[in-house]
Amino acid sequence: MKKSNQASERGRLGGWYWTLGSLALLALAWLLPASGIMNLYLQQVLMYVGINIILTLSLNLVNGYMGEFSVGHAGFMAVGAYVAAILTVAVFPRAWGPVVFPLALIMGGLAAALAGLVVAFPSFRTRGDYLAIVTLAFNMIVKSILENINAVGGPRGYMGMSKLSNLVWVVFWVLVTLLVLRNVIYSNLGRGIIAIREDELAANLVSVNTPRLKIYAFCLSAFFAGVAGGLYAHLLQFINPRSFSILKSTDMLVMVYLGGIGSLAGSILGASLYTILMELLRPLELWRWVVGPLLLVLLMIFRPTGIMGLKEVRWLQPTASEETGWGKVARRS
Amino acid sequence: MLLDIADLWVIYDRIQAVRGVDLQVAEGEIVTLIGANGAGKSSILRAISGLQPLAQGTIRFAGQDLAKWPPQIRAQRGIAHVPEGRGIFGSLTVQENLRLAAYGRRDDQIQADLDRVYALFPRLAERRQQWGSTLSGGEQQMLAVGRALMRRGRLLLLDEPSMGLAPFLVKEIFRIIQDINRQGTTVLLVEQNANQALKIAHRGYVLETGEIILAGASTALLGNPMVRKAYLGH
Repeated sequence: MKKSNQASERGRLGGWYWTLGSLALLALAWLLPASGIMNLYLQQVLMYVGINIILTLSLNLVNGYMGEFSVGHAGFMAVGAYVAAILTVAVFPRAWGPVVFPLALIMGGLAAALAGLVVAFPSFRTRGDYLAIVTLAFNMIVKSILENINAVGGPRGYMGMSKLSNLVWVVFWVLVTLLVLRNVIYSNLGRGIIAIREDELAANLVSVNTPRLKIYAFCLSAFFAGVAGGLYAHLLQFINPRSFSILKSTDMLVMVYLGGIGSLAGSILGASLYTILMELLRPLELWRWVVGPLLLVLLMIFRPTGIMGLKEVRWLQPTASEETGWGKVARRS
Repeated sequence: MLLDIADLWVIYDRIQAVRGVDLQVAEGEIVTLIGANGAGKSSILRAISGLQPLAQGTIRFAGQDLAKWPPQIRAQRGIAHVPEGRGIFGSLTVQENLRLAAYGRRDDQIQADLDRVYALFPRLAERRQQWGSTLSGGEQQMLAVGRALMRRGRLLLLDEPSMGLAPFLVKEIFRIIQDINRQGTTVLLVEQNANQALKIAHRGYVLETGEIILAGASTALLGNPMVRKAYLGH
């Protein structure tokens, strides 16, 4: 009795830290640009970091926690980007932009989640390399379709979006993604998803409904990729099918495996490091595509599981983990 | 009858692994299924838990036809299968493996089950924070059985629990199976170690190339000259 009281006490305290921390971050995201301390370039880079964090977190759910190998995540991002952009440009009056922006992002996310079903259903019957091919095909199909629809500009791309993305929105969505994924992963649902990674057959035998969880995981993952796409479209104010090619998907994979599979903190770290590194290497021009990947090769040699593979920092774990015995991930090495 | 199998056929491509098997298990029994490699023992268990579709026949569990239930529903309704090869979740700890087996139940309701498993397998309690993949073969087997117990199943399907274990561990495992049975779980035990299996079972079936060639009380089977010659080695 006493034990569970302590647990809930700490749980509440944890909730406070989260609320305060989130509010502080959002305030900073508004204050720094507004006060002029942070220049436009820095803001832009930070927004890319945030968008990449969302993409990496969402891809890690499928690749890291569920153990599937999805290589077409940019396809979902594209769906979200185009849907959100069309909504703010062509569907709603331009003046409503700032108001309908969150709605457009969510609609983009939902459209991407729907597209997630396209990959979820084949995953019932196949996995590993073969499912990877399905996701690869999905990415290519999305790109080809967009290239052939003249209404959205075809290969020339789609433009006309106002710059609705700002640091506050990006930070907000990073926090939402982090919070939702953390709660999913440490719930019953998340245990089932991890069981699929470990041994699908055994997961079935402990009554995990693997088809249903695959749908949930793929759709949730695609949803956040779609939201990230919407943010990206309204940051760049121009999107074209080529920006959602296999190369983009590869970037996301690199960030996931650099940070470490099955780790939220790893995703944040991986996405931040990679984005900032590629930005710092910009003066090298073409050579950065040699130096950047080379660093990755070195990392894989010296730390093959990524920076935080299968580990989690304390503050991302449920506060009551001592009592329930779940989420001791951090102490593994 | 808790489990009632009638005219079961399992076919892999062209190979008929199980050919018209009838088998019954009553509540509270330990029933063993013995036979050589490839006799179809594991196929029968896989058909019961739903991992392998039937070619023909019916399986009734507690009076209900299982045909339409996928494996996860069968697991929910009380069929706990410990498959060959154990299916340990390697990069989860022992405790996480056990907690996952209680999938779908509330966290605060499973402590009693955890305590029960740790009481049966003190070794697992010592290793509770260790990764599943770092356990020895015997410990993994214990974990697999422990996981099945977390399901609170009515029927425990064990596929060669003694395989690859040191002799003293084999004895230990069989003693624990008896304990589990005394606590009220019905057991269907597939074994190559016919001697040990028949010693703890109430009844047994002998399977050869997919067909049941002998059935009866285990004492009778232990005394049967053919069984003694083929499976007990004297």
